[in-house]
Amino acid sequence: MVTLKINNIEAVVPEGTTVLEAARKAGIYIPALCQHPKLTPFGGCRLCLVEIKGMPRPVTSCTTPAAEGMEVATTSPVIERLRRTVLELILSDHPNDCMVCEQAGSCTLQELAYEYGIRENRFEGERRKYARKDGNPFIERDLEKCIMCGRCVKICDEVQGVEAIEFGYRGFDAKICTPFEEDLDCEFCGQCVSVCPTGALTGKLWSKKGRQLGVREVDSTCPYCGTGCMLTYHVKDNEIVRVTSKEDGLNEGLLCVKGRFAYKYVNSPDRLRKPLIKKDGVFVETSWDDALDLIADKLKEVKAEHGPDAIAGLSSARCTNEENYAFQKFIRAAIGTNNVDHCARL
Amino acid sequence: MHNILVKVCMGTGGIAAGGDEVLAAFNKEIAEAGITASVEKKCSTHQVGCRGLCAKDVLVDVIINDRKVTYQHVRPEMVSRIVKEHILENVPVAELVAGDDYHNFHDKQFKVVLSDCGSIDPEDIDAYIAVEGYTSAQKVLGSMSPEETTDLIKRSGLRGRGGAGFPTGTKWEIAGKQVSDRKYIICNADEGDPGAFMDRSVIEGNPHAVIEGMIIGAYAIGAYKGYVYIRAEYPLAVERLRKALDDARRRNFLGKSIMGSGFDFDILVKLGAGAFVCGEETALIASIEGQRGMPRAKPPFPVYQGLWGKPTVINNVETLANVSYIVRKGAEWFASFGTEKSKGTKVFALTGKIKNSGLIEVPMGIPLRQIIYDIGGGIEGDRQFKAVQTGGPSGGCIPADLLDTPVDFESLAKVGSIVGSGGMVVLDETDCMVNIAKFFLEFTRGESCGKCVPCRIGTKRLLEILERITKGEGRPGDIELLENMSVDIKMASLCGLGQTAPNPVLSTIKYFRHEYEAHINDKKCPAGVCRDLLTYMVLPDACKGCGACLRACPAKAITGEKKKPHAIDPSVCIKCGACFDVCKFKAVKKE
Amino acid sequence: MAGLAAIFGSGAMTNSLREIEGMEVIFIIGSNTKETHPVIANRMIRAFRKGAKIIVADPRKIPMVKFSELFLRMRPGTDIALLNGMAHVIVRDGLQNDEFIADKTEGYEAWKKSLETYTPEYAETITGIPKDDIVSAARLYGGSRRAGIFYTMGITQHACGTDNVRAIANLATLTGNIGREFTGVNPLRGQNNVQGASDAACLPNVYPGYQKVDLPEVREKFEKAWGTALSPKAGLTATEMMNAAVEGKIKAMYIMGENPILTDPNMHHTVKALENIDFVVVQDIFLTETARYADVVLPAACAAEKDGTFSNTERRVQRVRKAVEPPGESRDDLSVILELAGRIGYDMNFTTPAEVLAEFGRVWPALAGIDYHRIAQRGLQWPCPTREHPGTEYLYKDGFPKGKVPFTPVSYIPAAEVPNAEFPFVLTTGRNLFQYHSGTMTRKVVPIEEHAGTPYVEISRADADRLKIKHDEMVKIRSRRGQIEVRARVTSRVSEGIIFIPMHYHEAAANMLTNDVLDPVVKIPEYKVCAVAIESV
Repeated sequence: MVTLKINNIEAVVPEGTTVLEAARKAGIYIPALCQHPKLTPFGGCRLCLVEIKGMPRPVTSCTTPAAEGMEVATTSPVIERLRRTVLELILSDHPNDCMVCEQAGSCTLQELAYEYGIRENRFEGERRKYARKDGNPFIERDLEKCIMCGRCVKICDEVQGVEAIEFGYRGFDAKICTPFEEDLDCEFCGQCVSVCPTGALTGKLWSKKGRQLGVREVDSTCPYCGTGCMLTYHVKDNEIVRVTSKEDGLNEGLLCVKGRFAYKYVNSPDRLRKPLIKKDGVFVETSWDDALDLIADKLKEVKAEHGPDAIAGLSSARCTNEENYAFQKFIRAAIGTNNVDHCARL
Repeated sequence: MHNILVKVCMGTGGIAAGGDEVLAAFNKEIAEAGITASVEKKCSTHQVGCRGLCAKDVLVDVIINDRKVTYQHVRPEMVSRIVKEHILENVPVAELVAGDDYHNFHDKQFKVVLSDCGSIDPEDIDAYIAVEGYTSAQKVLGSMSPEETTDLIKRSGLRGRGGAGFPTGTKWEIAGKQVSDRKYIICNADEGDPGAFMDRSVIEGNPHAVIEGMIIGAYAIGAYKGYVYIRAEYPLAVERLRKALDDARRRNFLGKSIMGSGFDFDILVKLGAGAFVCGEETALIASIEGQRGMPRAKPPFPVYQGLWGKPTVINNVETLANVSYIVRKGAEWFASFGTEKSKGTKVFALTGKIKNSGLIEVPMGIPLRQIIYDIGGGIEGDRQFKAVQTGGPSGGCIPADLLDTPVDFESLAKVGSIVGSGGMVVLDETDCMVNIAKFFLEFTRGESCGKCVPCRIGTKRLLEILERITKGEGRPGDIELLENMSVDIKMASLCGLGQTAPNPVLSTIKYFRHEYEAHINDKKCPAGVCRDLLTYMVLPDACKGCGACLRACPAKAITGEKKKPHAIDPSVCIKCGACFDVCKFKAVKKE
Repeated sequence: MAGLAAIFGSGAMTNSLREIEGMEVIFIIGSNTKETHPVIANRMIRAFRKGAKIIVADPRKIPMVKFSELFLRMRPGTDIALLNGMAHVIVRDGLQNDEFIADKTEGYEAWKKSLETYTPEYAETITGIPKDDIVSAARLYGGSRRAGIFYTMGITQHACGTDNVRAIANLATLTGNIGREFTGVNPLRGQNNVQGASDAACLPNVYPGYQKVDLPEVREKFEKAWGTALSPKAGLTATEMMNAAVEGKIKAMYIMGENPILTDPNMHHTVKALENIDFVVVQDIFLTETARYADVVLPAACAAEKDGTFSNTERRVQRVRKAVEPPGESRDDLSVILELAGRIGYDMNFTTPAEVLAEFGRVWPALAGIDYHRIAQRGLQWPCPTREHPGTEYLYKDGFPKGKVPFTPVSYIPAAEVPNAEFPFVLTTGRNLFQYHSGTMTRKVVPIEEHAGTPYVEISRADADRLKIKHDEMVKIRSRRGQIEVRARVTSRVSEGIIFIPMHYHEAAANMLTNDVLDPVVKIPEYKVCAVAIESV
C-alpha cells in the first residue's frame, strides 16, 4: 500500500494504482476522455493532467502510478487553463452538431464543454472531413466526431481480442481505421460503441429512435446464451430503442452482437398477436377464451381416454424459472404425468 | 620506396558526387602505372560536409610518406593527372588542391567522436583496432566492475547527445540497480531532424566506436541484448553497421562470453520506417515491439519499464561513440573540455546561409560567434547575420545580439533554444522569421503521431495562424494567441515532440516580434520573403526603359515604351520576382 | 448433465465466471466459446492477458485458438482418447494429486489400470493430435492446481456424451482441480435459461431441485406440497417423446417456446411424430416451423415483455423485467399456464411470478434464500439456503454431497456413424456468432440477417479443390436421413474430411442430416458426428 496526498486529502491505495484511480476512490473528480477502467492507460486526451510536487511539468494522472509520499493537486489555475485549451482544441475539430447527434445527453465531450462553458472557441480552423462509408448493418461510424481517444482500438484489442481497428496516418490526418484500410473483419460486439465518449460510434439501429427525453431504462437479463449478461433496455413509446449494459453487472458492461444489436425481434411484424385454431388445415384467429376452452377440453379428453401418460409437455430454456416451474407443475400435478422435458440437450 | 596512400571520400555524399568512379579511376591508373599504393576507401558524407561545402566533393587525400595533400572537386577525368604528376612525380596539382577555407574549417574544431571518422576505413575492423579500437571494452570487461564502469562515465560528466542532455552515467546507474531477468540497451539512430546527419556520419565513418560503446554500456547495466534502431533511409550506414556487427561477432567482441570475460551480449539492428516521432524513446520502444510508433506517457521511464516492460537504457549514437574514448583516455580527460555542467565536445550539423556548411565538432561552451565566423567562415555572400536556429524543429532562434552565448545545455536553454541533437541553421537578412517558424511547424505538424490532442490539433492550429499571417491575413491578437497556445501545447503535450514543437514560434516572437507585427499590422514582410505581402514597383528615376523586365514578366504585368520608364500593374503582377532579378539598373523595388 | 451430477453431485458449472480470471490454465474442449459465449470468452482473454495458459481441443480452428498456448486439433468424436491419453501422461509423470485422491476419491487403482493402453502414441492414432502436444497439454493441465475445464455441446452431443463427461471429470479428479476457487469443471450452458429450466425440473425424471421422481419419500413431499397425487414413474425425454409419438403412444402435446422441428435431430422423424399426434398446442412468439403442425397456437410474450428470473450458467438467478407491452393479445406464458390449470380443475393459486419463485424456494432449499428484493441489483448464485446467505461462488468447498468422488473407467468407442465410401465426410454441427439456436429470434432481426442470413457449410481448401467446389458455390449434402443444399464456405477452420454446418437455418437445416442416435444415459442426440457425402450442384 502507498500513501499519498491528493488535494491535501490523504489516500491509501494498493501499489500500482494510478493517481487518477486513487483520486476517484477518494471521491475527487478529474475529467478524462481517453481513460477507461477496462483499458490500459493511454494518456492521449491530456484532460486528466495534475500537478505533482517535485515534477517539472503537469503529468497525466491516468498514467502516473501513485507513489509513497506523493503530493498531488488535481486542480490549479494552470491546470484548468490547460484543460480548457485542450477542450477548445478538440472542439475546434469537431462538428459540434449536438442538436442532431445520436449521443447528445450521454456524450462525455458535450458534458465537458458544458462544464467548462465553452461557447466561444479561440481556435477555429480546418476540420477533418470524411465521407461516411461503411458496409456494416450494426455500427455507425462518424469519423468527424472522433476525438482519437483510442478507447475503441484498445477495447477491440485488449478486451475483445479482435484487433479489427487501428490508428492510421499521422498528426492531424490521423484516424481510426482498419489495418491498411482493408475490409472490416469484425465481430460487431459493439464494445467500441459502448466505450466511445462521443457520437463517433453509435448503433445503426438507434438512429432517430430517441435519446434521453421520454426514454425509460429497464434493467433485465439477456435472452440469448447462458452467460446471462445484464442489459438495459432503453424504451420509448413501447418500443426498445437501444440496448446497453451497466458496468456493475456480472458482464461488466460487455455484450456480444446478439445481446447488443439483436433486439428487434421484439417488435417484428411477424409476431403472433392472436390465438389461432386450425380449422380444415388453416389457422383461424380466435379468442383466448375459446382457445383455452378447447385446450382444456382436449387435454381432459385424452387423459380420460388414454391416461395421463399419453400427454407430453415440452418447455423451453428461453422461458423464465417461474414459467418453467409452473409448466412442470401443470404437467405433473394438473395432468398427472412426468412426460415433461425441455431443450437442454439440444 | 615511397609509402603512398590515397583516401577517397566514400560517404553518402562522396558516393553521390561520384566517389565510386573516382576510386575506380585511381585503382585503374595506379595499376596501369605499375606502382604500389594501397587504395583505401575513406568515409562518409560528414566528411564532405565537414571539409567545407558538400559541393567540394569528391575529396581525396593523397598521402606520401605522411605528407597529406587534399584535393577537392575530384572527378574521374582528373585522376590520371593526379596520379601522373603527384604520385609519380611528387608534384601536387596545385589548382586542384583544397584551399585555406578547407583548412580553417578543420583547424578550429576539436574532435573526439569524429577523431577517427574520415581517416579509417569503416568497413575494416582491423583499421579500428589499429587505432586502439576495442581496447576500452577489453579493459572494462577484463578489469572493471559494472559499478566502476558506471562511475567512470558519471565522473566524465557525459550527458545524452540526443537532445535532453540527461547525464548518461546516472541513467546507467539507475538501470544497473534495477533487478530484472532481462535488460536492454538501445542505440537510438533514428535521426530525424531536417538537415541533421551527425548520427549517420558517425555510423558510416566509424561504426565500431558505437558498437564498443554499446558493449561497455551493456556491461555496466547488465543488458544481455542491444538494439540499434536506425532509419531505413540510411542504407549505407545500415550496411556498414551490419558488416561491423558481423566482424565484431567473428572476433568475439559480441556473442557468448565476450573476449573470454563470461559476459554475453549481442546487438540486433532494427530499421525505422521514417517516422520522426520514433526518435522519441517510448515511441521507439513501441516500434521495436512491433506496434505503431506512438509515445507512451512517462513516468514510468524506460530505465524502469522499457522494452517489453523491462529496464532499458536508450542512448544516442554520439553519446555511445564518446564512451570508448572516455574509457581509453579517462574521465578527467573528457571532463577537461566543456563547461562546468556540459562536458566534452558536441557535433553539430552547420547549415543554412553559411560559407562552410558541414559537420563540425567543438568543445562545449564555445561561443556561437566562433562557430559561425571562425569555423563556418561567416555568412554567405557576406550578407548580414540575422539568427541561428539550433536544436532542429524543437529548438529556437538566437538573434545577433546573443551571438556570444556559449554553446552548452544550460546557456542555450537560457536564451530559449536547445542543443538538441545538434542542428544549427544560420539565417541571414533575407530570411523571414515568421516564415522560418512556419517551416518548422509544417514539419512538426506532419510528424505528430496524432495521439495527444495538444500536439495533433495544436500544431495544426499554430500552423494555420502562421499561414494566415504570412498571407497578410493576420489579425490583431494573433501574436498573443500564438504565445498562449504555444505555452499550453508545451505544457500539455505527451512527448518531447509536442513539448518542444512551439519553440520556433516562441523564440521568433521573443526576438523578432517586430517582424510579426509588420506582417499583421502593416501587411509587409520585412525580409521580402512572404510573396503575398510583396509589391514590386519600378522606380521611374532609375528605369532606363530597356525592356528586359517587360520581356521577363510571365504575367504580362509590365507595360512601357522603349527608353521610357516602365510600370508594373499590381493587379496583374504574380510577384514572381523575375523583373527584380533581370533589372541591371536596380530600378525594380520590392517591399 | 446427468453425467457430471452422478460423479460430483451437481451437473452445473462448479466455478463462477469471475474465477476464470484467476485461473492459471484454461482447458477448452468442445466449446466454441468466442462465438457461443462471447462474453465468457472476454473473461478468458482477460485471463490470457494476465498470463493464463489456454489449451483448446476442437476439430475446428475456432477463434479462441488465437489465444491458445496449445491447439489440439482432434478428429470429431475422439475426446475420450485425448482425455484418457492426457490422464495417462499425468499418471506416468507423477503429476496426480495424491492427497486429493487419497482423501476424496474412490476406484483410483482400477481406473489407473484402464489407462494403460492410452499412451500418447495410441491417442495420436485415434485423435490425430501429435503425441508431443498431448504430452504438453497433460503437463500443462496436470502441472497446475488452478486449472479450469470448460466444455459445451461438443462434449455432450455424442452417443458417448456421458462417457466424455466422465473422462473430463476423471481428469479433474486426478489432479484435484475441483472444489476450490479458480479451479473446476464447467459445462457452459448454451441457452439463457437451460440452468433454470433444469432446476425447475422441466425434466422427466426429477422434481424441482433434481429430486428424483422415483423415490417415494420425495414424491410424498411433493404430493403434500402440491396437494395432489403424482405419477411415480419417470417420464419421457424430448427425443423419446417423438419416438413414442411415431409409435402412436402420445395423443396430445403441449409445446411452450420450443421448436423441435429445427432443433431435434433427423427432421423427417420429428415431422412424422408431430403429424401423428392428435392434438398439438404450441405457445410461442412467432409462428415457428413447429407451430405450423399445431392445432392451437397461442401468442406468447417475449423476454422483454414479462417479469421473472433466469438462472445463468454459473447458477446465478437474475431478474428479467418487463420493458414493453406484448403485441396484440399475446400474453406471458405464466398467466396462460395458470389459467389453463384452473380450467382443467387444478388451481395453482399464484398471482405473481414472485410467488412462484417463493414456492420454488420452499420445495428446494438451494433457492430458499433468493427473492426478488435481494436480486434487484445483482443476481445470487445457488445454493443460497437462507435470506442472509451470500450465494455460492464455487461448488464443493465443503466436500462432495455423495461422499467420495468415483473414478469411472471409460473407453474410446468410435462414433455411431463413421465415414465410408458412400458418405466419406464427417459432418459436425453447431452455432455461429450471429445467429441463435433455431433462429426464431435472431432471424427476425434485419441487421443480423443482412450480415449472417445465409446458410453455409465450412469445407477445407483441400477437399474443395479435390471436389472442384468453389467458394460461395451451392453444394448438395446427403446423409442416410436426408439432404440439403447450401453454399460452400472454403476455410482453414475445418480440416480435411470434416465439414461444419451451423444449425440455425431452416432453409438448409443441418438436422435434416444429423443422426438421432442417443447417448444411452442422458438421451442426448449425436449432433456432433454423422457421415455425409458432399457434391456440387
